[in-house]
Amino acid sequence: MKHLRPLNQKASRIAGQTARPDEEDVVALQNAPQRPLRPHIPMGCSLSFSPGWEVDSAGGTAGLCQPVERDIYDCYVTCFWPAQVPDHLNNYPNWASKCAAATKDWRNLDLVFP
Amino acid sequence: MTAAETRVYKLGEFHPFSAGSRRFLYLVPAGAIFELDAAAQSLIDRLASREASHDQLVAELTAPGFAATDAHELIAELYQSRVIVAGDPTVGAVYDRAVIDRTYSCDDAPTDFPLQTLVLNLTNQCNLSCQYCYEFGSDKVATPNGKPKFMDFETAKTSVDFLLDQSAGRRSVHITFFGGETLMNFPLLKQVVTYARDRAAGQGRSIDFSMTTNATLLTPATIEFLSENRIGVTVSMDGPADLHDKLRVFANGRGSYDVIEPRVRALIQNHRTRPITARVTLTSGVTDVIRIFRHLKNDLGFHEVGFAPVTTSPNRLYAINDRGMDQVLEQFHVLADEYLEYALRGEMHGFSNVSDTLSELCQGVNKSHPCGAALGLVGVGPSGDIAPCHRFVDSDSHALGHISTGIDREKQRDFLRRGHINSKYDCHTCWARPLCAGGCHHEAYVRYGDTGHPNLHYCDWIRDWTDTCLRIYGAISVHNPEFLRVFGERKALS
Repeated sequence: MKHLRPLNQKASRIAGQTARPDEEDVVALQNAPQRPLRPHIPMGCSLSFSPGWEVDSAGGTAGLCQPVERDIYDCYVTCFWPAQVPDHLNNYPNWASKCAAATKDWRNLDLVFP
Repeated sequence: MTAAETRVYKLGEFHPFSAGSRRFLYLVPAGAIFELDAAAQSLIDRLASREASHDQLVAELTAPGFAATDAHELIAELYQSRVIVAGDPTVGAVYDRAVIDRTYSCDDAPTDFPLQTLVLNLTNQCNLSCQYCYEFGSDKVATPNGKPKFMDFETAKTSVDFLLDQSAGRRSVHITFFGGETLMNFPLLKQVVTYARDRAAGQGRSIDFSMTTNATLLTPATIEFLSENRIGVTVSMDGPADLHDKLRVFANGRGSYDVIEPRVRALIQNHRTRPITARVTLTSGVTDVIRIFRHLKNDLGFHEVGFAPVTTSPNRLYAINDRGMDQVLEQFHVLADEYLEYALRGEMHGFSNVSDTLSELCQGVNKSHPCGAALGLVGVGPSGDIAPCHRFVDSDSHALGHISTGIDREKQRDFLRRGHINSKYDCHTCWARPLCAGGCHHEAYVRYGDTGHPNLHYCDWIRDWTDTCLRIYGAISVHNPEFLRVFGERKALS
């Protein structure tokens, strides 16, 4: 250490650690080691809570906080659910390619016949 | 692009302090102390008001002529030691097991922590009636009814065996004799010393002893025994007669100073194998710290004098109020300055409150719990009940088992979980937490009814005192670093 002078035993131990030349590694495209204790962040629609899809505060669909069409993509991209939408991973990767904005282009989504 | 170049830096968690023209920092998550050079200082000053990216910092550092490679190196050094940290706080956190434990768990105290010290309360009886006594006073936690008043040799033997058995791996262990008034059961003390020495020697280990006493029962014979057996002695004493006699009285109200003064002098004169310490309890009206220190250190000749404000609920008459505490702290500062002068000359001053803190700073302790209670230390009462420490002895609600059956691990775990720094949310933003860890479990219980409650009534005081000791530490490490070596060795080998 050049700029910090360790003055107690704990500081000396830190100085010993940081003196290792391999400390600053390139981490791009490289996952950090997974520790069992890493906080678990659940993924997938069944664990996410987005209120205001089905009905708005008046019991209708006019004032939903998200467009109803948003439903489609919640099963198509963010979390594939084979019973409801085509499988975008292997067989129908282009199913939604003509539908840039679901609220406008939803008519372009067609049925699929496996 | 390397990882470093994408970072946005901000200051890590540290407490800055200075001594003379030198600047230091106390790195809180580690308990480490560093001295800063001018370059490190300027980088920290730059980050004090705002965050900055790697490139920005390099540009600012190189503008006045600092070489670019030196700037990178400086940033890396401060980053690696966590004096500065980068943007996403979770990134650093998830890689670091210690941080995870500290962030999420109150259970990381090892359950097989070997014992180091046993406090044997040889008796719960006392020949004095000090009003503030935590064992007998209004705030007592002890429930001694129906329990033995004096420990018998069988219980003591079992306790010694228990200590040796539960301290596997430790080369050296310690027994502290306590009371009540310890010397009211002096015959047992002698038996225990002999027994414990033999047992320890049989295992190729060593054992040492200390005791606390009110000094009323010291005789030439006891002093000789204590000296011959290298038993460290702490005398509970509150100063010169007018202060000492306010609360340290016999049952008839008579002060105890005149009785103990000649005995204390004899003890200090004839017990030459261990330093003799005075332990002063400060109460309302007994806050004249400097006068007390001068009397005990210079007139009577104690080697060390330590002070602690009385443990009490705040409404007791003898409780010190905030103004009183400020006065105490002011006088602590005077003695602390004096301590520094002594230290720079290489002399011991004798003010334990500084020595004790310096010792912890020297190691860089970072405590999960305020003290060793229920970890490396337990107390045993005359009945053989195990308590977290001597202050909880004889209390049914705090008992952690019995010497015949061992420590109740469930109760111990509960006590340790509540006392863990992670469960004390108020402490999480305090820079003094590595040393304080929320403060005395017993004090917390008396004040707040929960051993795991942080002692919020003395936070400012603890921070002020820690800062004072840090500045002393900094000054000594610059001008007379040799002095600190004693502290490095003091606790290291136990």
